[in-house]
Amino acid sequence: MITAEQKPIPEIIQYIAPYGKILLVGCNECVTVCAAGGRKEVGLLASALHLNSMKQGKTIDIKEITLERQCDPEYVEELTPYIDGVDAVVSMACGCGVQTIAGRYKKTPVFPAVNTRFMGASLGQGVWAERCKGCGDCVLGITGGICPVARCSKHLFNGPCGGTSNGQCEIDPDVDCAWRLIWERLKELGMEDRYEDLMNAKDWRPGGAGGPGKIIREDLA
Amino acid sequence: MNTESRLEKILASGELAVTSECGPPRGARPEKVREKAALLKDHVDGINVTDNQTAMVRMSSFAAGVIIKQMGLDPIIQMVARDRNRLAMQSDIIGAYAFGINTMLCLSGDHAKFGDHPMAQGVFDIDSVQMINMVRRMRDEEVFQGGAKIDGAPKMFIGAAANPFADPFELRVMRLAKKVKAGVDFIQTQCIFNLDKFEQWMKGVTDRGLDEKVHILAGITPMKSVGMARYMKNKVPGMDIPDAVIKRLEGVSKEQQPEEGIKMAIESIERIKQIKGVHGFHIMAIEWEEKVPQIVEQAGLYPRPKV
Repeated sequence: MITAEQKPIPEIIQYIAPYGKILLVGCNECVTVCAAGGRKEVGLLASALHLNSMKQGKTIDIKEITLERQCDPEYVEELTPYIDGVDAVVSMACGCGVQTIAGRYKKTPVFPAVNTRFMGASLGQGVWAERCKGCGDCVLGITGGICPVARCSKHLFNGPCGGTSNGQCEIDPDVDCAWRLIWERLKELGMEDRYEDLMNAKDWRPGGAGGPGKIIREDLA
Repeated sequence: MNTESRLEKILASGELAVTSECGPPRGARPEKVREKAALLKDHVDGINVTDNQTAMVRMSSFAAGVIIKQMGLDPIIQMVARDRNRLAMQSDIIGAYAFGINTMLCLSGDHAKFGDHPMAQGVFDIDSVQMINMVRRMRDEEVFQGGAKIDGAPKMFIGAAANPFADPFELRVMRLAKKVKAGVDFIQTQCIFNLDKFEQWMKGVTDRGLDEKVHILAGITPMKSVGMARYMKNKVPGMDIPDAVIKRLEGVSKEQQPEEGIKMAIESIERIKQIKGVHGFHIMAIEWEEKVPQIVEQAGLYPRPKV
């Protein structure tokens, strides 16, 4: 999923300071799962913003709504009945959701309430870790299902650097050395000899070096 | 012989090679480069010039290498994958070669987190193994990494690092084998303090016959003090300092520790000379370059052969 974390409240307050009527929009997908911008967080943020206004002797009108999927124009269309009645939108979705709203409603400013972090997986209650960089040319098939692009701090393709210490990455003893994990996994799979295959210099174009990514499926478009 | 590199000629002659290093200054002070290089000039076959070591901004290895070359000496310019993409690497390699620099070292580079710009984006477009392969193809096939022909190919003698002490140990010989496969000519190892482990690694290297395909230069660092030994043990990634090293330095007075550190370095060289497959020494006297001549002389590696 795409993970996100709520921005500091003062930053959000600063964005909306000039406005009295706010449409606060959550998303029912990734940001709900990572507890950053779902229905519950929309409610909590609205309360915090109300409280702040009251402290300042002001009032703020906040309409709360959580869309099924904010990165999909079909669902974003559901905002149309409310958009003319508000001064600004605050989105709690990832950057994809914020931009879908901004692209649809040209005259209403949209502000992000979360920082989009990474594509990650859940490691347990309340813990998410980065697992994919979206490099566009997946190598997991030859690295034992562990990604050196996302999980090696130097995204090395041909084995661990000299900084590995007690099996951990040089940047932080809490970060596993991706190449130690890859090696252990290759051994478990009886594929150790694969390690000595040279991995050639990567073509970064599909992962963004070639310009903003776009997929067009002729059969669906 | 693939190149005009002095280091290559020494190694081809079968003599033990000696290299050392000089970290460029953190400012536009060419005289600092000259001072350091002058300390080493008669006692080594090549002078490594580090590339933003520990991720701290310094004069570029290319520029400092040119200064050393203009002194009539032999720089070995280091290049890290952290700071340059493949375009920048190749243009610097051509540029360096145009100034007569013919020996280089391909490295991943310390993570930016350790330096004075921890907020910087690391490049890591290609890794050190891919860099070796790129430089070899520039030399032997006269093509850029992207495939186009080079008019005036740089003929670099290609080095890389190896850390026999980092985890997982069982992977460390295989990692060297990969660098050999990519086309590396010589290796400078991480500082060796755990000699038993180094011998074990070298056995793995010679068992696979890798010593016949690559020249291994053993990394030697003299300890200046017990404080330095403790710091390296606890703070420097990938360093293996046995307790015996610390105990021995603790056993002498503070004033005697530098001399004891040099004695230990010389003893290490004497022992490592006996190891099959070691073709030389890389002496890294960190901010202590003035001691390199003494170490080289007392280790019986002086005078340096003329080639």
